[in-house]
Formats: sequence, C-alpha cells, structure tokens
Amino acid sequence: MIYFEPPTQTKRAIFRPCKLLLATLIMLIATNNRAQELGDHQYTSESVQLGLGIYNRECALCHGPQGDLVDNIDLRRGKFRSASSDDDLRDVILEGRAQGRMPAFNLSDEELSGVIAFIRAGFDPDGIAVRIGDPGQGKIIFEGKGECSNCHRVNGIGPRVAPDLSDIGMTRTAANLQLNLLDPAAAILPINRPIRIVTLNEETIVGRRLNEDTYTVQVMDSNERLRSLVKAQLVSYEISDQPSKVATTLNSDEVAHVIAYLLTLTGRGNKL
Amino acid sequence: MRLIKTLYTFCLFATWLNSVSAQVTYQRIANSADEPNNWLTYNGSYMSQRHSLLDQIDKTNIDNLELKWVLQNQVFGAWQSNPIVVDGIMYITERPNSVMAVDALTGRVFWKFEHTPDERARVCCGANNRGVAILNDKLYMGTLDARLIALDRVNGKLLWNAEVGDVGLAYSVTMAPLAVKDKILVGVGGGELGIRGYVAAYDANTGREVWKTFTIPGPGEPNHDSWEGDDWKHGGAPVWITGSYDVSQNLTFWGVGNPGPDWNAGQRPGDNLYSDSVIALDADTGKLEWYFQFTPNDGYDYDAVQVPVLADIEWNGSSKKVMMWANRNGYFYVLDRVSGECLLGKAYVRVNWSSGLDENCRPIPTPQPEGMPTYPGNQGATNWYPPSYSPRTGLFYFSAWEDYATIYFSEEQEYEPGRAFLGGGFSVLAPAPDAPTIGIGRTNPINNWTDEVGHASLKAMNPNTGEEVWEFEQFDVSDSGMLTTASDLLITGGREGYFHVLDARNGALLYYRNLGGQIVMAPVTFMTNGKQYISIISGNSLFTYGLKD
Repeated sequence: MIYFEPPTQTKRAIFRPCKLLLATLIMLIATNNRAQELGDHQYTSESVQLGLGIYNRECALCHGPQGDLVDNIDLRRGKFRSASSDDDLRDVILEGRAQGRMPAFNLSDEELSGVIAFIRAGFDPDGIAVRIGDPGQGKIIFEGKGECSNCHRVNGIGPRVAPDLSDIGMTRTAANLQLNLLDPAAAILPINRPIRIVTLNEETIVGRRLNEDTYTVQVMDSNERLRSLVKAQLVSYEISDQPSKVATTLNSDEVAHVIAYLLTLTGRGNKL
Repeated sequence: MRLIKTLYTFCLFATWLNSVSAQVTYQRIANSADEPNNWLTYNGSYMSQRHSLLDQIDKTNIDNLELKWVLQNQVFGAWQSNPIVVDGIMYITERPNSVMAVDALTGRVFWKFEHTPDERARVCCGANNRGVAILNDKLYMGTLDARLIALDRVNGKLLWNAEVGDVGLAYSVTMAPLAVKDKILVGVGGGELGIRGYVAAYDANTGREVWKTFTIPGPGEPNHDSWEGDDWKHGGAPVWITGSYDVSQNLTFWGVGNPGPDWNAGQRPGDNLYSDSVIALDADTGKLEWYFQFTPNDGYDYDAVQVPVLADIEWNGSSKKVMMWANRNGYFYVLDRVSGECLLGKAYVRVNWSSGLDENCRPIPTPQPEGMPTYPGNQGATNWYPPSYSPRTGLFYFSAWEDYATIYFSEEQEYEPGRAFLGGGFSVLAPAPDAPTIGIGRTNPINNWTDEVGHASLKAMNPNTGEEVWEFEQFDVSDSGMLTTASDLLITGGREGYFHVLDARNGALLYYRNLGGQIVMAPVTFMTNGKQYISIISGNSLFTYGLKD
C-alpha cells in the first residue's frame, strides 16, 4: 500500500489543531522563563500564508517540504539545533550557521516573520480540526481501557516491543496520531512494520526493525533483545504490511483524550 | 675550480630538468593511459571513463586488502571531493574551499590552502567542492564565491584569483576545473538562483578569461527563440560537473543543468535551450559545435549534469566515437560524439513523465495530474555521480535510484537577484503520512525510512542495446560514483557507508567493508612505490586501502 503524500498546499490542511494544541500545552507547562516563548507563537494567518511561499522558495530545497531533511532538525515539529525563541530563529536565518551550510538569508522583516510563523504553525496555515480531549483522561484510557500500555512504553514504564512513545508528542502531529489510532495500517511507518526472521540455525525471530542496510538488519526481538543479523545468514526475512495492532474500538471522545495525552509526551523524561 | 663550477652548474640543471619533467603537462594528461600510477583528472582521464589500467589488486587477492591510512576531514558536511594523485602526492579539496597536498603513502599532509568564500556566496545544495585540476606546476580550484584560484602545487601558495561570476547574483563554482592545453575551463552553478549559465576558459598562467560560452543563447544567437521574452536572462542552465575532452576532435563536452524557475515550466515556454543538454564546445574558442537536449522545457529539475563518458566502441560493425549518458530523467543514451546524433535512448528505471522517446530521442511528455507522483523523483534516476566505462567488459556502470517519485507543484515566481528561483516545490512519495523520505544526503546512521521510498541499483549497461546486463541493489540510495580496473574490479560506495568491490563482469560481490559514513564521491586508484592503492571517502574521512605487505 502506498500513501500518496499530498503536496504541501494540500497537506498543510491537516495540522492546524496541532498548533492550537501545542500552544495550549505550552500554556499548561510554561514556567516563567518560557512566557516570552509563548508570545513568540502568536501570528496572523496572513503571516503564516506568506511564510509558506517564503519557505518553499528559500528553505525547502535544503530542509525539505516537511522541514526534516537536515540532520537533527525538524522544523515542523519545532526541533532545532540551537535556536529556541523566535529571536534565535531570526538570528539563524539572517546570520547563517554551521560554517555556511546554512547560509545567511537577506529577508525583509515581513518575510522573516512569515517564515517563522509558518515554521511555528507546524507548516499548517489552514488545517482541519482534530479534536483534542483531556490529557488526564487520556492517560487513564492509555493505561487502562485502551490497552496501549500493554505494548508501548512511556517514560521508562511498560514493554519495549512496540515503539516507545515518550516523545511522541514532539515527533507526531495530532492528525497523525489520530490516523494511527483509527487506521493503523495506513499510518504505520515502514520501520515499525512487524518482521519475522528465520536464521540458518532455525531460530525464529519476531520483532521490529531498528535499522537496516544492504547486508544487515538491526532488530529488537519480542524478548526485547537487540539483535544484529547478517542477511546472507538468514533463511527467510519477512516484513508484514499490517501492523500488529488493529484499529481502536475507543469512541471518538476517548480517542480525543488519548491524542491529548500523547501530545503531552515530549521526551523530557520524568521530572525529578 | 672550473671543474667544481661545471659540476655545480650541471647539478643545478639536472635539478631543474627533474622539476620540469615532473610537471603535469597537457601531453601527460592527454596520454594519461601511459601512466596508470597516477590519477590526473577528476575522472582519471579526458575520456572520463574512470577506468584504471592498474591490475595489482584483483579477484584473487582482494581479501588481502587492508586499511593503510585515514585522513580525517576537519569540516563536517558531505565530502563530495574526488582526489587526484600525481607522483605520490594526493591533492584533495575540503569544504568549503580548502586544498590539501597529502603524502599518498602515509596520509600525512604537506600543506593546506584555505580560501574563505565571500559571505554573500549562495549555493542551492551545500557548500560542496568536488576537486582540483592540475596543469604543469599549478593546481586550480573553483570556489563557492565564483572565483577560480591557482596555487603553486609544491607549496600551496596562491598565484592568482580570478572572478568567474558575480557572487552577488549567486554564481558559484563547485566542480573540479578541466585543464586543456594552456587553459582552465570551468562552469558555474546557480540553477536554483536565477543565473544564466556558461562555461568559461582562463589562461592557465595568468587567470585572464579567454572565452566564455553561455548555455542560454542571447538575442540574435541560434536557438534564442527557444525562450520567450526575458526568460533567458535568468533561465539557469548551470554547469556544475566537470566536462570531458576529446583530443581527436579538440572538443570539450559539458552537461548542462536545469532551466529556472525549476518547477514552473509553464512560466518559461519553449524548449529552453541549452538547459538539460550536452553541449560540445571547441576547446580553443568555446564555439558551440553541437548540442543534444535530453529534457526540453523541463519541469522536474532533471539537470543533465552527468559526466559525459567518451569511448570508441563497435557500433553496427564499425568503430564509432560515442558518448554514453545515463540521464537524471531516467533514460540512458548513446550519442555520436562527432555529430551529436542520438544513436540509442532507453528508459532504465520507471519513467512516467514521458511515455518514451521519438526517433530523434526527443521525449514524448506525459505530465502527471496534480498531486500524483512523477517518476523518477526530484533527485533523479541518477545525478552527478561519476559513472565508469570499462573497455574490457564493454559495460557502462552507474548508480541509479529505483522506485523513487516526487509530487510537484508549481507557482508563478518573479525573479529577484540572488534569491532562490524555484517556481514551486515538491514532496517525496512516502508510504505513510509523516514517514521519513529521502533527502539530498545522509549523516544519520539510522535508516528509518527503508527502501519503500527508493533504493540504489548499481547498473551495468550494454551501450549497444541499452539493456541492463546486471544490477547490484542496495537498501539505501547511493550518490557514489564508480571505478573500474584492468583486473575487472568495480569499486563503489553508497549512503550506507559500505565500500563495495564487485566483479565488473557479472556483479558478484567480492569484498565489502562498513566505513560508517555516506560515500558521495567516486573512488580512485593509484600506485606508488610499486604498490596499488584505492582511496575512498566515507563520511568525514578519506580511507586508503592496499594489499597486506
């Protein structure tokens, strides 16, 4: 099954709620010294629209249409190497970074604000709504009725056989989380597809891939062991198109609560 | 006393004579096959076959390869440079515009020259430099700020620094220059930034410009009418990969890049000559002798910046001077390099932007509906990665990207000096929403997108038929060039960081090692002190292998 990723102008329609939610979350967790950052994220829709054009023209070639093609940077999800505030972003864009790998751009104030607005909006100037519920209720459902924690680990608790979700709120949009719950087969990333391997000594290994290349595959097996296997030494190596989970039976309110909870998972670990 | 003076004079003369004989003259480069110990140009010879006559390392002893030395780069970023090797000295460039002279036996550095590009320098796709040219006692490097620099090859000191293009208008030079006779030839980059491309030749001794041939004809010149209005002024058509030279015809051949704005072909009606073409230029005058356009009115960024690989092969029962070309647009071509006539054109990957080629090898366009994927994708079915041709096997080898597609969108864009001029954008076809896709390069050791969005296929093509004789697939894509040897080894790499050695005749895997970082150059081989070595860059390190002592 191939998902035809729509071009940016269509795709951007999906993620507006993420912006709203992120703003909400930031309000919830903000400390005093983050108050200024919250102010950073207030933009007009005109500015975001302008930013779309500027981004496509000036930035997309290196950063990619989804903002994730430069290592350790994911613009759409707010992951930067050094920048934090909007002023930081302004400096990076105007001055360049990384010994010229990121060149300096001569943008007007309006253009600069636009492209930052577009980045801060998660590349989503005019999206459709994904309903976000109550994170507290979502956590209860996640750990209980939803049976999510039977496979997924969060902040050091739970099994590792399915992907650890401790930072899922930073790495996925609300729309993507919703799709994962409602239609997991359409949303599963290739790297997360279940695998089944039979080795020359007749050992059967099931699990999921962590990495792969021409000659080898790195796996976490169902016993949570890290295995690195040489393909030439395998009898069979099967990758399933279907995820190990099925579409959720939770109702729409419960799905909204789970999404809200997942979006609070930002990879910061347990607070001490 | 007179005897001593005579002896002293003789010694001085002998020293000078030795120095002169060690110079890399034009004749030495033209006859590079006579000295396979050296790797004298970006592609090893003027014919750009990247085929070495060395055969000490072969299938029987390949398992005895061992790492001899490593040169660590001090600058992060894709290291696309190809070294040249002359009489035991390796010359290699480093980002953004440094040159090092390295002992090819130990990897120790004799000297390093550093040029800091003008802060206004703009390039589309990274601060790349792909190497130097050598002629007589000088080295030549193009720079990101569109300069051509000559260095004393013995001590690395700057001799002259000439302007090739206007850095303020985003002209740049990323290719290794081509030294022909007494001239140094370079082309300019900036196809995403609204330049008007050209190839120019400079006096090797003084840096004075001798000729300059635009890749977009101006008013009154033939084929100017392939553009409308003022589109030609900012129509791109850069030249950013080193060309080839046919001594017998005194012709240089250059691959020309995309028209601009990249993705809005409707904004620049016409064939947009000589974008996405190969042009044949007289080496002395720059006069255009012929051209062949692969992708008229390109809306997909299918630069024809591949290395023109020249060979004399048997064609319909007689010897023919041909040029072999696996193009970014997904078609493999064989051209008559005397006339420019297309002898053969055939798709080598899935292609849907065109339904085929007509009798003149002009593509029949089949643009895809809005929002639907176009094959091959934006980075192309291949790109600038240097291929190889082995006269021994009669096969042409190159890195292809399979099952890779892009969804384009276009929009009107007005040219602004020095700014990106793209006319739209694109997304890469992905198997699931938010799935990682292929970018321009890879520095992350985790491959978490898998081969569902594209993978590499090293193809061995029969130029007489355009048929693939064998292929070697990789899980990741590859931006690596090729090297073949007289012992029928095919040596290459890929983004995964593997150094692969295959049997050039049948593709059998002979040897591989994980070097750990993306390989985005083409390996070279040379011999010093009677021993053959292979050098390959992976990540931020240049590795040199040889046989165990």
